[in-house]
Amino acid sequence: MASTIRVRATSSGDSTEVQALIQHPMDSGYVKDAKGQLIPPHFIQQVVIEHDGKPVFIADWGPAVSKDPYLKFAFKGGKKGDDLKVSWTDNKGASDTLTAKIQ
Amino acid sequence: MSSSIWNDATVSRRSVLQGIAAVAVIGFTGIRFGIAEALAAANDKYPEEAFKQKGEADTIKSLYGKTAEKSDKVKLDAPEIAENGAVVPISVSSSLPDVTSIAILVTENPNTLAAAYRILPGTAPAVSNRLKMAKTSNVIAVVEAGGKLYSATKEVKVTVGGCGG
Repeated sequence: MASTIRVRATSSGDSTEVQALIQHPMDSGYVKDAKGQLIPPHFIQQVVIEHDGKPVFIADWGPAVSKDPYLKFAFKGGKKGDDLKVSWTDNKGASDTLTAKIQ
Repeated sequence: MSSSIWNDATVSRRSVLQGIAAVAVIGFTGIRFGIAEALAAANDKYPEEAFKQKGEADTIKSLYGKTAEKSDKVKLDAPEIAENGAVVPISVSSSLPDVTSIAILVTENPNTLAAAYRILPGTAPAVSNRLKMAKTSNVIAVVEAGGKLYSATKEVKVTVGGCGG
């Protein structure tokens, strides 16, 4: 199955800009389905981004983060070709991981 | 160390004894350093309680254990009017030194805390994301820098709410 994570990390000078897009319903638990029943909460709680095995950024999310979440930040010390690992876990214990190369 | 025990076809008495010794050492250090490890792990832990809070003051207190002061060094980029409350682009950045954390609060949402980011050493104090907003609300950016909290607030008008119902 294709990964739920799409990530683009581009290095320019000393800084590496990371943009990540994750496919996830991010159900808040407040929305009703077509039958009028509440859709139970199902959302990503934590995203960890590691550069060369060391975390550079940790996101803690509640159900208020939009469906198919988007994230952008930048860190120092990354070089072209370095590994950047993105992993998420949700409130139901599901998870996914993707390792991308910095471009 | 322990893997050699499982992989060896001929398990000698010696390796079994070594294995037992290793388990004993791990068990002992586990108890001994349990408290220190728990404190270190708390830094990585998902702040479950903070996400359950309602209201600005309780949320900030639960997440950071202190109060925030307003600062023009916290920059909050959010639209004046969000046509679709399901996807509101919000960015927070700061010119303050030693930023360790950025949190985004939406006061009128069922749960005030929307997202909290840990800015580790070497990472720029700036983040962009997209949040859901139930209705017109104040959005508050909280930045932890040098152990202190600073905040900026902006009202975002929502024409179509994003929490459904």
